Amino acid sequence: MNHLLIAPIVLPALVAPFIIMTLRYHIDLQRIFSVASTVLLVAIALVLAVQAADGTVQIYELGDWQAPFGIVLVLDRLSAMMVLLTTLLALAVNLYAVGSKWDERGHNFHALYQFQLMGILGAFLTGDAFNLFVFFEVLLIASYGLMIHGGGTRRFQAGVQYVVYNLLGSTLFLFALGTIYAVTGTLNMADLAVQVAALPAEDSALIRVGAVMLLLVFAIKASLLPLHFWLPASYAHAPAPVAALFAIMTKVGAYAILRMYTLVFGPDVAVVEGLVGDWLLPAALLTVAVGAIGVLGSKEIGRLMSFGAITSVGTLLTAIALFTPEAAAAALYYSVHSTLAAAALFLIADMVRERQGGAIAAHPVMAQSGLISVLFFVAAIATAGMPPLSGFLGKLLILDAARDDPHAVWVWGVILVSSLITIMGFARAGTLIFWKSHGLDTSDTLAEPEIEVTGADQDAAPVPARPAALPFVATFALLAGLVALTVFAGPMTRYTAATAQDLFAPGAYIDTVLANRDRPVTESDHESAGYGTAAHGDGSGHGADDATTTEESH
Amino acid sequence: MELLVASAVGLLTAAGIYLILRRRTFPVILGTSLLSYAVNVFLFATGRLITNAPPILNKYADVPYTDPLPQALVLTAIVISFGMTAVVVMVALGAYLSAKSDRINMDETASADGEDA
Repeated sequence: MNHLLIAPIVLPALVAPFIIMTLRYHIDLQRIFSVASTVLLVAIALVLAVQAADGTVQIYELGDWQAPFGIVLVLDRLSAMMVLLTTLLALAVNLYAVGSKWDERGHNFHALYQFQLMGILGAFLTGDAFNLFVFFEVLLIASYGLMIHGGGTRRFQAGVQYVVYNLLGSTLFLFALGTIYAVTGTLNMADLAVQVAALPAEDSALIRVGAVMLLLVFAIKASLLPLHFWLPASYAHAPAPVAALFAIMTKVGAYAILRMYTLVFGPDVAVVEGLVGDWLLPAALLTVAVGAIGVLGSKEIGRLMSFGAITSVGTLLTAIALFTPEAAAAALYYSVHSTLAAAALFLIADMVRERQGGAIAAHPVMAQSGLISVLFFVAAIATAGMPPLSGFLGKLLILDAARDDPHAVWVWGVILVSSLITIMGFARAGTLIFWKSHGLDTSDTLAEPEIEVTGADQDAAPVPARPAALPFVATFALLAGLVALTVFAGPMTRYTAATAQDLFAPGAYIDTVLANRDRPVTESDHESAGYGTAAHGDGSGHGADDATTTEESH
Repeated sequence: MELLVASAVGLLTAAGIYLILRRRTFPVILGTSLLSYAVNVFLFATGRLITNAPPILNKYADVPYTDPLPQALVLTAIVISFGMTAVVVMVALGAYLSAKSDRINMDETASADGEDA
C-alpha cells in the first residue's frame, strides 16, 4: 500500500493539535508551522496527482481491513485533482491570512485551518459513504470555528444560521445513510455500486428515498437553489480568508454529487432512473438565474461575491446534471476555474472592505485603488466568463457539451443571459467602487492627497503605513492560477476528459477497491460481515475522535 | 417493538422539525437535539430489530445475531452530535450576548434576501 495516500489527512491532523498544545501563544511559530504544513500538503498533492495522472486507481485500506468491510481511501484522477486544487487554494489563502493579519484577530486560526484542510482532503479521498459523513463533520466543525473567527455581533448571528443549517444537513445525511444501509447492507461506495446495480426493481422505493435524501444533503453543501439560503449571509460575514477557503466547500458538495451519482446511482442504474438529472438540472439553472440577479442587486461587496459564488456553483451543477462525459469534463474544468476565481474575489472584497467599508457606493479614493481595481477587473472578467480568461473557456465547454441535450435551449439561454446580468452586476459594482470615487474626490475635504492624485497616477496616494505585500501576492497567485488554467487549457481539458471517462466507466474503480474481497481471510461463509464491521466501527470511531479534538480546539 | 421504534422516530422527528422552525435559538437547538436523537434511533433500526441476540457471529452454533455495524454508526453519530450541540450552544450564546437578542434571523438592515434560513 502506498502510505502517501493518507498523508494529506494525517499531516494536518498532527499539525493542528501540535499548534494548539505547544504554540498557543506564539503567533509567529503558528504561522510558520501552518504555512509549512500547507506547503508540504501541496508537495504531497503534486506527487499524488502525478501518480494518478495515468489513470491508475490506488486504494489505501485503513487497518488493512479489506475493502467492502473496512474503510478505504481511494485515489483516482478526480480525487487527485480536487486534492491538488484544495492544497493550492489553501496555500494562497493561508498566505493572505498571514499577510493581512486576519489570523491575529481571534484564537486558534491556524489550528482550525489545518483541521478544515484535513476534513476537506479526507472528503475528497475517502471511498466510504459513512467516512464521507465523518469527514464532512470534521470540515464543518472546523468551519464553525473559522466562521466566527474574530467575533462581532453580525458574524455570530450569521454563524448561528450557518451552524444550524449544517446541523440539519448532517442529520439528513445520517437518515440517508441509514436508509441506504438498510437496503444494501454496505456503505463502501464501490460495493454500493455493485449492490445498487443488482437490486431488484421492486425494492427500489427505499433506495430512491435514500438517493434523494443524499442528493439534498449534497445540494445543501453545494448551495443549490432552494437550499442556498445559508450561503450569502455566512460568506459575506465570514472572515475573508475563511470565505475564500469556503470557495472549495461548495465544490465538496458538487464533488460528492458527481462521485455518488456516477458511481453508485449512475445514469444507467434502473432503480434510480430519472431521479437525479430531472430534478438537478432545473434547480441548477434556477441557481444560476437567482445568483446572477443577486449579483446585480447586492448592496454590499461581500454579498456580491457570495452571489457570484452561487452563480458559478449553479453553472457547475448544470454541467454535472447533464450526466454525459463531455459535460462532466467541462464541469471539472469549470470547477477548478470557479474555485480560484471565487477565492480571489473574496480576497479582493476584503481588501476593499478593509480600506473603505463594504458598501457598494462611492467613497473617497482608497489606498492602492489602482492595483485593487485591476485585480477586481481581472477576477470579475474571469467570473463572468468574458473571453480572455478561463471562465470563458469553462462556460464554452459547458455550452458545447449541452448542445445535444433536449434541454439545450434552456441551458444556453439561462447561462448566457445570466452571464450578461453578472457582467452588468460586476460592472456596476466596479464603477461605483473604483471610478465614482474619483468623481467624489473634488468635492471631498481631503485636500492633501488630492493634489498628488492628479492624472492617472492613482497609486501615488499616500498610505498611512506601508501595506503588507503578502495579501497582494496571494491574490496575484490565485489570478495567476486562472491565467495558467487558460494557457494550459489543452492539457487540462485532456485531463478532465480522461477523468470524466473514468467516472462514467467506473469499472476500474470498483475492481480496484473490491480486488481483495475474495481474499481468503476466514473459512466462514459470506456472512463474515462481523469481521469488517469491527474495522468499520474502529475507523469511524477514529474519525469521531478527530472531530471531538476539533471541537475542543474550538 | 417495530411500532414503538417507528413511532418514536416519527414523533421525535416531528417535534424536532416543529422546533427548528421557531425563530429563537433555544427551541431551534432543542429541535436539532431531538432530530439527532431521532436519527440515532433510526440508525439503530437500520440493522433490523433483533432482540436478545449478541452482535457476534458464532461459527460453532447456529444462533441468531444482530448486525453490529449500525451500533458502531450510532456511537459515532452520538459523539459527533454531542460535539456539534456543544458548538451550536456556544455560538448561539455568543450571538445572544453580543446582540442582546436570541432571534435566529438577522436584523432588518442586513436582511436583504434569503437570510431567514
